[in-house]
Amino acid sequence: MAEILVIAGQRDGELRPASLEAIAAAKSVKAEGDNLAVAIIAADPSAYVGDLSVEGVDEVITVSAGSNDFQPELVEAVVLSLAQARKPTVIATAHGVDAWSFAPAAAVKLDCGFASDVQALKYEDGDLVATRAGYAEKVLVDLDFPGKETVLATIRTNVFEPAGGAASPTVTAMDAPDCAVATSHVGWQEPADAGGIDIPGSEFILSVGRGVGDESNVEQFLELADEMGATLGCSRPIADNGWLPKARQVGQSGQLAANCRLYIAMGVSGSVQHQWGMKHVETIVAVNTDPEASIFSIARYGIVGDMFEIAEELENQF
Amino acid sequence: MKILVPVKQVSVLDDEFEMRDDGRDVDEDFFEKDLNEFDHFAVEEALLIKEAAGDGAEVVIVTVGDDDADDALRTALAKGAERGIRVWDDALADADSIAIAKVLAKVVEREAPDMVFTGAQSADFGHATTGMALAGLLGWPHAAVVSKLDYAFGAETATLHRELEGGLEEIMTVKCPAVLSIQLGINQPRYASLRGIRQARQKPVDELELGDLGLAAADVASASRVRRMYAPEKGQAEIIEGSAAEQAARLAEIVKELRGI
Repeated sequence: MAEILVIAGQRDGELRPASLEAIAAAKSVKAEGDNLAVAIIAADPSAYVGDLSVEGVDEVITVSAGSNDFQPELVEAVVLSLAQARKPTVIATAHGVDAWSFAPAAAVKLDCGFASDVQALKYEDGDLVATRAGYAEKVLVDLDFPGKETVLATIRTNVFEPAGGAASPTVTAMDAPDCAVATSHVGWQEPADAGGIDIPGSEFILSVGRGVGDESNVEQFLELADEMGATLGCSRPIADNGWLPKARQVGQSGQLAANCRLYIAMGVSGSVQHQWGMKHVETIVAVNTDPEASIFSIARYGIVGDMFEIAEELENQF
Repeated sequence: MKILVPVKQVSVLDDEFEMRDDGRDVDEDFFEKDLNEFDHFAVEEALLIKEAAGDGAEVVIVTVGDDDADDALRTALAKGAERGIRVWDDALADADSIAIAKVLAKVVEREAPDMVFTGAQSADFGHATTGMALAGLLGWPHAAVVSKLDYAFGAETATLHRELEGGLEEIMTVKCPAVLSIQLGINQPRYASLRGIRQARQKPVDELELGDLGLAAADVASASRVRRMYAPEKGQAEIIEGSAAEQAARLAEIVKELRGI
């Protein structure tokens, strides 16, 4: 009977949806008789018990904190305290920005095995193996953890189907451990008004990347997208330069192309953070002058060529 | 007044590549090396704070890597950092991010900087681990994915923005000294001038082995081991050949087909 622990998350009182994906990842290595416990830290943690009572969850650990603020030291202290008491084989949490802050620090304090951005977990001959990508998504890496009784894994989002169904887990209440907290929440800055731009809702996205070269070249792609019936998206550098609003940015720090079925990437090299937002799209067409651009490794169709020439010719087709 | 910036020489894989004989990494003939994109922003942020402080402030670059990594170090020095530290030891050949952080923790103890800035993640593996693991080892305050920073030497706290999912940002303060991982877009990284590049060759770089930091191989154990590395099953893209007009026509077909036009 092994113990598996999931660290769920909330932001400003809302459960982070990827918590259910971390539960799904934990379930993928759960054996008969294992105890899958999900911990949630919040001002009123009992409020999340319902949402976390999904199939496969045996126990919800409600950790009462003074506020809903994200405080990495507090999460690390909770992970440490639970791990030391329960000796879990696996600790899973979503590979979100909060986990980027606390998970590596918790792992070194615990001296456990650690893998980030994990896409799959499995056992091979009794050894836990975590799969993640490498070299800008061009390879997969299977990691193992010799000599480690506990492995902390942060789980890539949009890989595991969120855990669902109903369960009646036991609820264990726990007070937040004492720890020195070094951060203090000041406020939130909401993203600039999207102005009707809806990347997550679009079925068809035409995206431009660094290859667009100059701000003055952006307009023609707005027009092309419009003519084709696509939403114009972009990669991070284009938004960082202020050439297009942040609402058009596809990727980890921008938008997820959640409903997209066709994604045309022009002059986009295909960084990990961009791929996060679009890799799952069924039909990806990459247009790039560089035949070695990593976008081609995830695209269904590729055109090695000049995005401006292709764009000009495309306009004649619509 | 000192900011320490750990940087990484990342590996850019050729389109065609072969695995090493042991199947645990790519054959090194198929790499190009470059300074991690995120680190350009971390270096720039440190330089801006140093320049605002004036005389007596310094930016120190550290990297854990073999001779090859010297290029990344010099690239950062060419932008205006004062000096560099390069740590290498054959015992680090299979080091993961956690092991690298253990080395860096000793460098931080030795240098006693006011702040440590890392890139938010590396462009090749995207572990997003080294900086925050370093903070955990040091017991220092930390924040990841910092997209805006207000800090001056001597300040007890820094005010920063953490860039969250979907473009939301959290504004928070963090006690100093701290380890911050720096996100793309926080600034506009400068290019090194020709003069800077020339000067970088003359700048002092301490080359250290584990023993110089009081470390033994057992002190820098990794938290994971590569069991195997392989190309994903997902095939290569079907390449659309022909003239630009022919390629565009085929692309238009794909669009129309999927959109049911």
